This record gives sequence, structure tokens and C-alpha cells, in this order.
Amino acid sequence: MSELWELPAAELGTKIARKETSARDVVDAHLSRIEALDESVNAFLTLTPELARATADDVDRNVSAGEKLGPLAGVPLALKDILCIDGVRTTAGSKILENYKPPYDATVVQKLFAAGVPIIGKANMDEFAMGSSTENSAYGPSRNPWDLARVPGGSSGGSSAAVSAGFAPLGIGTDTGGSIRQPASLCGVVGVKPTYGLVSRYGVLAFASSLDQVGPFARTVEDAALLLEVIAGYDRMDATSIRQPVPQYRAALDAGVKGLRIGVVSDWIEGEGVQPGVTQSIRAAIDALSGLGAEIGEISLPSFRYALSAYYLIAPAECSSNLARYDGVRWGLRASDAKDVVEMNVRSRTAGFGDEVKRRIMLGTYALSAGYYDAYYGKAQQVRTLVIRDFEKAYERFDVLLGPTSPTTAFKIGEKADDPLAMYLNDVFTIPSNLAGAAAISVPSGLADDGLPVGLQLLGPPMSEELLFKVAYAYEQARGPIATPPLWVNA
Amino acid sequence: MALTREQVAHVARLARLAFTDEELDRFANQLSDILSYADQVTALATEDVPPTSHALPLKNVFRPDEIEPCLSQEKALSTAPEVEQGRFKVPRIMEEP
Repeated sequence: MSELWELPAAELGTKIARKETSARDVVDAHLSRIEALDESVNAFLTLTPELARATADDVDRNVSAGEKLGPLAGVPLALKDILCIDGVRTTAGSKILENYKPPYDATVVQKLFAAGVPIIGKANMDEFAMGSSTENSAYGPSRNPWDLARVPGGSSGGSSAAVSAGFAPLGIGTDTGGSIRQPASLCGVVGVKPTYGLVSRYGVLAFASSLDQVGPFARTVEDAALLLEVIAGYDRMDATSIRQPVPQYRAALDAGVKGLRIGVVSDWIEGEGVQPGVTQSIRAAIDALSGLGAEIGEISLPSFRYALSAYYLIAPAECSSNLARYDGVRWGLRASDAKDVVEMNVRSRTAGFGDEVKRRIMLGTYALSAGYYDAYYGKAQQVRTLVIRDFEKAYERFDVLLGPTSPTTAFKIGEKADDPLAMYLNDVFTIPSNLAGAAAISVPSGLADDGLPVGLQLLGPPMSEELLFKVAYAYEQARGPIATPPLWVNA
Repeated sequence: MALTREQVAHVARLARLAFTDEELDRFANQLSDILSYADQVTALATEDVPPTSHALPLKNVFRPDEIEPCLSQEKALSTAPEVEQGRFKVPRIMEEP
């Protein structure tokens, strides 16, 4: 018999609703696993056992009272430490917010509470979501449950490591340039970057506001679909929120892929820097989808090779503007004994921000400064238009696009830490969807020859989540169960 | 595009950050590398392409101008490093006369 922490979210929800187990027992099983193993993984920055148990007890009371609850009621979740919970420390992985306790809940958090989802802790991340490894966290890196000497990816690496390690079957991350999909790929879990505007950003500490989007992590496609149903939807507190009803993602899962046109992004399959083991795994996934009756073709998207450079102008520009709010006045770290307010600003920011955040603030400030705005920021926004046009052309021929999520499997901690540009190249396949505000999903496609997980990325137009879930689910069923991380055995 | 130490120091002043000389040199090198890579973008001929600042076709979003509940003064000040008489307190802003 499986331990409670091994079960997928949908199964746990059913067991709780049928009183085969209690939400309290489910939460406690995950908390003991965290207690035993998180010292070696460092997935969490803050644990919230009282909060999780209170939610679980509410769920158990409601089950006893015969109330009909949502499918995820009582199922624990790891929340990226960039979403605010009223009164709970929220650091964004930064020293500048070491003691910050926000006075309100993010909309996503309100929705999780309403669905009876116990939040078990705040997950580690690269500082202000800037990074691809969690090595930029001011509180030390998280470690990959598949190999503790390797990174879990980033920036939402704490959430993906938690879901992979069995600390929680569900996780929440944010994806600005790949920060959900890449860590999902490196940890062998499912990660969804929803359409821009599908999930509210209210109460999410801002990095690059035209790109940031909240999304789910899970170990199965079904669980990810259920979680997106909970957190998606129009919110008047977010002016960029899409006014459309949320589809029932789970209901559409098993419609199959027969006759569906899938476009393989050819430059991504054997491009420069793509690990051969990754290519092999993706080719096997393509064969599986073809076997299910999908029509496979190839496509080349010329503007995509400029997407990374455009992103590394747009995101830093928006970040330099967003992070101006950390001035030591209203919240966060304040340097003491400054002689005037400017010195206080400078010393607080200099002491509070880490190197990568400073690098991006500097890059963005430069790209927006007089004389360079047109050459950098203006051009980057034009490239954004070209990327959107290439996607539109591709979707005339294909229903969805396909490629790897990340060019490599998980790399060693420290391997790329001193080379910012090498680190940025992790995001080369994920960035186009962010620039276009479109949807994408990463599904595990098994292990590469190095024994580490590979992620298959499926890309669709804005609001194509139902379609992507359907393809991902069909693939997942054809693929069959995958290996579990060594951390599952050593427990 | 190579940035000089002086340019980096100027941008740091704009961004309200302070760096040691060693950091200025390191940042000058790293930012120059990143900008050289980004020069791919500036080299693209895109004269007739309109810029995209936002991926969705959203116009201004308005709501009725009605008073609604909001954070209390106490809660809004609860995160502040220093508070005085219901306000955020900061070090001196003006020079003494």
C-alpha cells in the first residue's frame, strides 16, 4: 500500500471526501516527510503547519457535516514565496524582505483557501524570481530530489523540488521566462504556464509585469488541470485579468489526439547546446504521439532566435521599474543611521538585493536610459511583435507546437553560477510563450541517458489550456508511469 | 557594446545602488557581455514593425468611481520600518537652511 505522500492530488481528494482518510492525516503525513528530508532539499523558506492544519480541520469538519467539497479539498500545496499570505513572512527569496509580513492575501491564496487547499509552506526561489536554478536565493539553493548535488531549476525551484520529493502533491509557481516549466522539467514533474491574464497577479510580488504569470505544479496532468481550475479566473483586482469563464479542464482530458496537427519546432530538436539525451527523449515522445494518431509536421520559427535577447532587455527594464518600490520607506529592509533619505535608499537597496537582482536592475536602468531606449527597449518590443506573428503563422498549420522545455537536464550546483549569460540560455525554449502571452505546459518525458528527467514542452496560442491538457494527458497515458526520484527510496 | 566603469557608476546612481571599485569592474564586464548578446536585437531591421508592450489586446480598464473597503491605516503601516503619528517616517529629505 502506498504512503499518503506518494498519492496524486486527485486520489487524495477522493479519499478525504469518502472519509477513507482525513485531511489532517494527509497534511501531517506530508509535514513529517518534510521534517525528515527538507534539511537536504531546502525546498521551503517558511513552513506553515498551523495554517495547513487549520485548513485541513475545516475540511474534515465540512466532510463530516456532509458538505460537497471541491476535488482538491484537504490536499497540501507548496506556495512559491512570492505570493502574499496575510501575516505570513513573504521574502521573494530576498534579504530585503527577510521580515516582511504582508497585510493581505493574494487572490490565488484566497482561491486556495476557498477550495480547502492547505498551504503547507512557502517555497524557496531565486531572488525576485530572477534565475534558473534557485542559486540566487538569499537563503541558499534548493536541491534536486533526483540528485542532491544538482539544481532543481528555477526560479520556482523550491515548489518543483517539493512536488518531486513528495513534500506536497501540488505546488504554485510563477513563470516570467520559464520559471515554472524549466524547474518542472528538471525535477520530472508537470508545470503549466497559463495564458497571460488567466490567473490573477494580485498579491504576487512583481518582477516583469507584462510577462509574469502564476501557474500550477503537480505530478500528474490531471492534478495540474484541477489546480488550474481552482486558481484561474477573472479578478477585478488585476487590471490585466481576462474576463472569461474558466473551462472545466479535467472534463476535457481524455478526448485523445487523433487527427490533431502537432508542429515540431525543428531548431529546438537538434539545435546548438541541446543535450543529445534530451533530443532522444523528445523524439520518443513524438513517436508516442504519432502512434496515438496525431499528425506530426516540422516548423522553423525564425524570430525565436532573437526572443532570448529581447527578453533580457524587456524583463530587466520592467524589473528596474518594479523594484524601485524597495526604497526602505514602506516595507522591507531599511539601513540605519543614514544622514538623509537618498543615502537611506542606496544603503538599504545595496544591502538588501543580491548580485543577480542588481545586475538586472542595472541592465534595465541602462536599457531605459536617455539615448538607449529606442535602440534597446524599443527594438525588443518590435521583436516581441515578430515572435507573436511567427506563432500566429505556425497556428495556421498546426494546433499545438512541441519541443523540449530545457536544452539540458539538471546541472550541478555552482556549474553556471559565475556566468550569467550561460544561465540565461536555460530559458531559450520557454521565453517565446511569455513574450506572446501564450500558454505552454511541461510534461515529464522520462529520463535521459544521464538518469535525470527530461521535460516535453507543448505550446499553444493564448487560452489553449484545454487543448494542451488534452495532448499532455494523452501523451502521459501512452508514456506510462515514470521512475521516482532516489529520494523516494531513501526515505 | 562595451560599458566603461564610469558608465556603470552613472547607472548605479540612477538605480540607487552603490558598488565597490571591484564590483564596478565586474559589472562592467558582465553587463557588456549581456549587451553584446542583446545587440542581436538592435541589429534586426524592424522599421515597419509596431512595438508590443503587452501581449493582450487590452485597452484601459475602468471601474465605477465608488468608495470601497481598503487596507486600514494600521495595516498599511504595519510593514513600515519606522512610523510616527500614523505616517511613514523617513530620514531628512531637505538640506537644513
